[in-house]
This record gives sequence, C-alpha cells and structure tokens, in this order.
Amino acid sequence: MIHFQNVTKRYGEFTAIDNLTIDIYEREFYALLGPSGCGKTTLMRMLAGFETPTEGTIHLAGQDIAPVPPNKRAVNMMFQSYALFPHLSVWENIAFGLKREKMPKHDIDDRVDEMLRLTRLEKFARRKPHQISGGQRQRVALARSLAKHPKLLLLDEPLGALDKKLRQETQFELMDIQEKTGTTFVIVTHDQEEAMTVASRVAVMDHGKIIQVATPDRIYETPNSVYVADFIGDVNLIEGTAKPNGSDVYAMSWHEGHEPLAVQSPNGFSDGQKCHLAIRPEKVSISADKPEAADNAVQGRILDIAYLGNISTYHVELPTGAVIKAQAANTRRIARRAFTWEDTVWLSWTATAGVLLAD
Amino acid sequence: MRRYFLIAIPYVWLLALFLVPFAIVLKISLSDAAIARPPYFPQFDWAEGIRAFIAELDFENFVFLTEDDLYWKAYLSSLKIALISTFFTLLAGYPIAYGMARAPAEWRPTLMMLVILPFWTSFLIRVYAWMGILSNEGFLNQFLMWTGIISEPLTILNTNSAVYIGIVYTYLPFMILPIYSALERLDGSLIEAAEDLGCSRLSAFWLVTIPLSKNGIIAGSFLVFIPVLGEFVIPSLLGGSNTLMIGKVLWEEFFSNRDWPVASAVAVVLLLLLVIPIVLFQRNQQKQQEAEQ
Amino acid sequence: MNRMSWFNAVSLTLGFAFLYIPMVILVIFSFNESKLVTVWAGFSTKWYGELLQNEAFLNAAWVTLKVAVFSSTLATVLGTIAAYVLVRGGRFMGRTLFSGMIYAPLVMPEVITGLSLLLLFIGIGLDRGVFTIVLAHTTFAMCYVSVVVSSRLVTFDRSLEEAALDLGCSASEAFRLVTLPIIAPAVISGWLLAFTLSLDDLVIASFTSGPSATTLPIKIFSAVRLGVSPEINALSTIMIAIVTVGVITASLVTKHQVAKQKREEMEAVRT
Repeated sequence: MIHFQNVTKRYGEFTAIDNLTIDIYEREFYALLGPSGCGKTTLMRMLAGFETPTEGTIHLAGQDIAPVPPNKRAVNMMFQSYALFPHLSVWENIAFGLKREKMPKHDIDDRVDEMLRLTRLEKFARRKPHQISGGQRQRVALARSLAKHPKLLLLDEPLGALDKKLRQETQFELMDIQEKTGTTFVIVTHDQEEAMTVASRVAVMDHGKIIQVATPDRIYETPNSVYVADFIGDVNLIEGTAKPNGSDVYAMSWHEGHEPLAVQSPNGFSDGQKCHLAIRPEKVSISADKPEAADNAVQGRILDIAYLGNISTYHVELPTGAVIKAQAANTRRIARRAFTWEDTVWLSWTATAGVLLAD
Repeated sequence: MRRYFLIAIPYVWLLALFLVPFAIVLKISLSDAAIARPPYFPQFDWAEGIRAFIAELDFENFVFLTEDDLYWKAYLSSLKIALISTFFTLLAGYPIAYGMARAPAEWRPTLMMLVILPFWTSFLIRVYAWMGILSNEGFLNQFLMWTGIISEPLTILNTNSAVYIGIVYTYLPFMILPIYSALERLDGSLIEAAEDLGCSRLSAFWLVTIPLSKNGIIAGSFLVFIPVLGEFVIPSLLGGSNTLMIGKVLWEEFFSNRDWPVASAVAVVLLLLLVIPIVLFQRNQQKQQEAEQ
Repeated sequence: MNRMSWFNAVSLTLGFAFLYIPMVILVIFSFNESKLVTVWAGFSTKWYGELLQNEAFLNAAWVTLKVAVFSSTLATVLGTIAAYVLVRGGRFMGRTLFSGMIYAPLVMPEVITGLSLLLLFIGIGLDRGVFTIVLAHTTFAMCYVSVVVSSRLVTFDRSLEEAALDLGCSASEAFRLVTLPIIAPAVISGWLLAFTLSLDDLVIASFTSGPSATTLPIKIFSAVRLGVSPEINALSTIMIAIVTVGVITASLVTKHQVAKQKREEMEAVRT
C-alpha cells in the first residue's frame, strides 16, 4: 500500500534517510526499529507530511503523496507527547478531526462514542487531559488519531511515556485495536521488545538505511548482519574463518588446536572467508562434564554468574580469551548447582543453534 | 504568500515607526540649526538630489558637544549616577532577594506579588511620593528632628542624594526579580555540602551562593544601569539645578532651547554610550540561556 | 531552612518597609484636611471631591484611557503576530533586522524614542494628538507584548500544532483553534503590560502629544513640578488602589487555578 522509492532526506550536510526503498502492505503492523537518530522518526514524518523527501517518491495507495499537505492526507499520527489539546475535553479532542471534515453533528456523536468504547474511555469523556492518568491520555491520543478512519496510522514511540507494567498491557491493547479496526499501523520505536511484541514485520534501521526487514522471529533467529544480531536481544559472537562442508553447512575454525565448529547457516561463505558465529545465550547449554552427542562443545572457565531468579546467566571465558554467555533455567535450588565461580565447564550447542554472519 | 503578508505587517510597522524615525534623528544631528519651521537645515529636496543633500551635512553638532563642557559633563555625571545607584540598588536588592528565596515556600508567591505590585504602579507617582518625604519640611526631616539626631533640617530634595534615593526606590524590583529567580533555583544542599566540607556560614555564602547567583546579579545590574543612563523623570523631579543627567539635558535642549540638531546629536551620542552595556547584557543573557539548555 | 533566620527576617522587613512606606504616607495624606501635605490636620475627603470637580484632570484621564485601550489592543495584535513570526516564521529576508527592531525599543531610552517619533511626525506633517500618541505607544508596547508572547511560544509543544494539521486543520485554523487558546494567558498578560505602560508613560507622550491632547501623566508632571499638592495625592491614591486590587485579584485567580489543576492531576493519578 505504501511504497518508498529511492527516498533520500538531507538536512544540509547531514543525511537522515539514505536512498531507501521499502514497501508496507495493507493491514500490516509495521515497526521501524533503531537507535535514536537513525532516521526512523524522519521516515514517519515524511509519511505524515511534515517533511518532504529531498529525492525519491512516496506512494500511498498508488498515488504520489508529495504534493498533498498534511491536513489533506488520509494518514493520522499519534504523537510521542500525545499532543492532546489541553483546553479541550477528551470528547472534544476525539471529535476535533471529525469536525474539520464538516461531518453532521449526530454522526460525530456516534463516531466519538464508538471510539470511546473502543478505548474504554466512556467515563472520562468530559474530563480535560490534565484530569486523567498517563495511560488514559495515551488511549485518548489513539482514539483521536483513529477517529477519522485513516488508511494509515502512524505511532511515534506511543508507549514511551508509560511505566513498564502499563506498557506491556498496552502493547496487547494496541494489537487488539489494530486487529479490530483493520488499519495499517506503522510504529516507530527504539525498544526492541516492544517492536517484537506488537509488529507483524520489523524494519531495523541504522544511519538512514534499512538493515533488515523481516518478521520478529526471523529477525531474532536469523539476523542478516552483526548489527542486527547485536541490536536485538543478547548475542555471543565468535570470530573465525569459514570452510564449506556440504550445502549450507560449514566448519568454522576459531582457535588453533581446537576442533572447528559445525554450523548450518543460510548465508553463503567462500573457503577461508572471515566470519562471525552469532549465537543466543539461551541456546548454549552448560554442563560440568563433556556432553556426549553435541555438535559443538568447548571448554571454559566461569568468570561470573548473574542470578536472575528464573534463570542464571553464566559468563564463561574461552581459551581465546573471549567471553561467552550461557543461560540456564534454574530448575533446582541454587545450592545444588554442580558448578560455581572459577570452575571449568563445558559449553555446547547444536549446529543449527547459531548463524554465520559476514563482517 | 500569506506568510509574507503576515510577516510584513509588524515588519513595516517597525520600519516606519522605529527605524525611519531613528534615521531622521541621525540626519538632523548632522544638520544645522535654522530659525525656520522646522528649525533645521538642510531640508531634503528631491530636485537637488541626494548628493547635494549629503554635501550639506556635517559633524558640526558633534564638535559642538565636545567643545561645550556642559555636554560631556552631563554624560560623565549620568554614567557616575547610573553606576553608583546601580551599586546601591544591588546592595539593597540582594538581601531582599536572598530573604525571599530562603522564606518558607508558601510565603514566596505573596512576597513575589509584593515586589511586583510597585512595578505596576505608576512610575511618576512613586517618584512623587518621595517629594513629600525628602523636602525640608518633609517626613524624613520631621522624623530626624523629632528623634533629636539633627536640629536643623537637612536639604535632600533637589540634590543628587535625592536622585540616588529615587533611583534605588523605583528600580529595586528590577534588581530583586532576576536575583531572586537565580537564588530560588539554587539547590540548598549545595550550601550544606559546603558547610560539610568545612566552610563557615559566611564563606559558604561567598564561595557558593554569590558565584551561583552571578547571572542574576549581572542581569539585575544591567536592567537598572541601562534605563537609568537615559533617565529623565527622577532627575527633573528630585534633582536640583546642578543635577546633570543626559536625559534631562536632551529634554531641555529640545523643549526649552528648541535646538533640534543639538538635541539629536545628544541622542545619538547617548545611544552610542548605551551600545556597550546593551551588547554585554545580551551576551550575558545568551550565555545563561545556553547554560540552561 | 524551614525557619527564617534572624538576618533574613530583618532584611525582608526593612526591604518591604522601604518599598511601601512612601506609598502609605502618600495615601494617608490624601485624606489630610490641610493644604499642606506634610502636616496632619484631621481627616477629610475634600481633595477627592475637588479632584472630581477638576475638569482638566478628568479630561486628561479620559484621553489617557482612550490612548491606553487603543494602543494596547493594537500592540497586542501586532506583538502577537511579531512573536509568532519570530518563533515560527523560519528564515526570511531581514530576520535579524526584525528581531533587532523588536528588542531595541526595550532598552532604548524613552527620551530618544520620543524625540525620534516626534521628528517623524513633524517630518510627514502629521498633526499631533491622540492619534500620534497611540501610534507611539503601540510601537514600543508591541515589543513588550512580543517578548512576553514569544517566551510562551518557545515553550509551546510544537506537536500540538502538528496534531491539528494532521487532523485536518489548515494553518490558520490550527492557529485559531489550538495555538491561540493555549497561549491566551500570555497574550492577556501582554495586553495588561501594554495597557499599564501606556497609562504610565510620561516622556514619550510628552514628545508626541499636541496641545489638543494632554494625558494624565503629563498633567500630573506639570502639577508636581510646582511642588506637592493634596489633590495629586488623592489622584495617586485612586491609581494605587486600582492597581492593588487588580494585581491582588490576578494573583488570587492564578493561585486558585494552579491549586485546582494540581488537585485534579493528583486525582487523575489515583483513578
């Protein structure tokens, strides 16, 4: 439904968006994820009409939107600060956009009531924004931006101002509302957990470029670069050189005198190419004795143990000096654990647990 | 299109009623006095052209200002009065601002209102109030004679002392407000930390409070100094015939002597004199703003 | 630091005594029976009576009021536009000159402003009177209004305007429906400031007024030059009373609103 074609945005010398081409489909929940300053907000503001691309075109439903001013676009935005009008009541805030359309009075009433029901705000209709809590304000902002039936709803860090617990509840609410209304949502966030929870597809951005666009599980399991692997969740990186060993199977040599690691990875590598093995801590098992039938097993010394209640993270130093994190569920009482600080342990994982990435 | 129209309204207004008048002052300051109406020469004449017009202008009036010692004495005395009265205003204002900032939080809005209230009251009336107090039969003399400190009434009204009192009184709120806002933001734990590290009360004040309220002091001092330099009402009501202030000289030159070119030249020089403190003040404000960001 | 120290209490007492005693004396002696302003001779309101009979003062008061209402209203409109242009206008030709012209009158000595405007009015052959005073007052008051309003606009959350545009407002609708109602308190205080400055002004009015229009400050100044008089005391008392009532009301209203807002925010968190 939305098509960015070679879009570039420059502010003087600074390039915020760098020759970017993406597609966003109808009814999708699309997340733009990246650190602050990566250009994700600029991208969204171009969709809303507050910025114009320096080069390239943006099409919405087949129509070039460059000449359309923000107030004529079938796109609405939910602002990071919510931008609720402090002098108007909740009801008037939601009705604000509808009144601009010269909608008949009773249609406005119906639509506002519908939005109030959807966001469970019926009781607060007559209150002013400062008379309601942060979570309620967030819902008013959502209701206001949805009231006009936009083809596309933009959400700029919509949950940034809420505390952690409320944020988690609200994430599910957002998904629920998106499903009910069938609107296309584009969300901007720097919180990877939030993007993974709500979105059907995630675009990871850095320095004005899209690094990877994929579903949350693919982003997590098979990142296409060290940057993505490192940005999303916790990851161990082991450096080495690849040697093809059958289709999609490689033997990665990583340290003199140690057996190469067996990896199955979709990314293609040539013989002797430098590469990184990226593996998530929860996919590395830890044991006191050498495990029997493991694809890969290496020995190391425990440097540190972080006890998190349900799980513990072990920091294990390899002979190379590199430190690998391994997570294990605490199924037994901590006193009955078989290993502790300074103990030598074995780390093991399967060939499919990690992914090989180029430099 | 609409945007330019919007910009044009206040822009043109200020050009016509601020910049153009000032250009006229500059021009007249370079003209010669004439017994005519308007009383100066040359008049601008399109027929003669700009070149001929400019040829008639000269710096005669400015030369005259340096020759007649009335003027440079007036400038010097204005500077002196402004400096001394700024100092006294600071001396009077700082303890008040300090007391306000240290007062219980629920009093502060009321104290603030009490400082602002005179600011909204007519300047003229506040100066006038002192005429009844400072005159020979005034309340101050009555009070001092009653207490027996003096036996003969002091002559205060129509002297420079009265001018100082008037300036300190009327400009005090300008001094108090910026200092108060600097002191109010000052974190009380800083003083406690200083005392904890071995400062006495007094040295904590000198080493912590004063440096941290420096911006307020500077802002307040300029807010007093700059307008006092061109002050007219106070010297003409409370000052005597020997009180020389440039605002008063300009007024008399214009209304009594009707020497427009000289009055204009006086104005131009006064403005040049003000440029330095104004630039310094602006820089201080900018620095403060940057520090806050 | 809960209890005030001895030093602070003394400095506050002395400071406020210095600020208020002259005005209190002024008010007391407006009720003096005697013509001598410095000797008490019994209570009387006769000077108020005489003031009300004084045709010249009443005329001057009327002129002053007219000038103040017109010039402050005009100054508020122009000053608000100027502030909006300065804060939101982006770059345009001569922006530096424009902001310079906004700030310069604030530090310009009144004698210079007055002189330059007078020379302009004579130069273009404009008859001096109420109209010229209004022009002069509008010019310097609009700068004060613009400073007050622009300091509010700087802290204004720009996304509110963007939200209005996003919801279908044109730029002028966004200003009228969102920006203006929110900055209204600043605009009102700008108006009040402009109004007071106009009421107060002696120097600029003296330069720009003609024989047909004398304002109250000019009248008071020429009376006061000859010495103190109980009639002026009475007039001053009335003016002080009006200002006092105004300022106290304003601060009570603000205090009440702030308290109300705080209370409602507290309640909002609890629900």
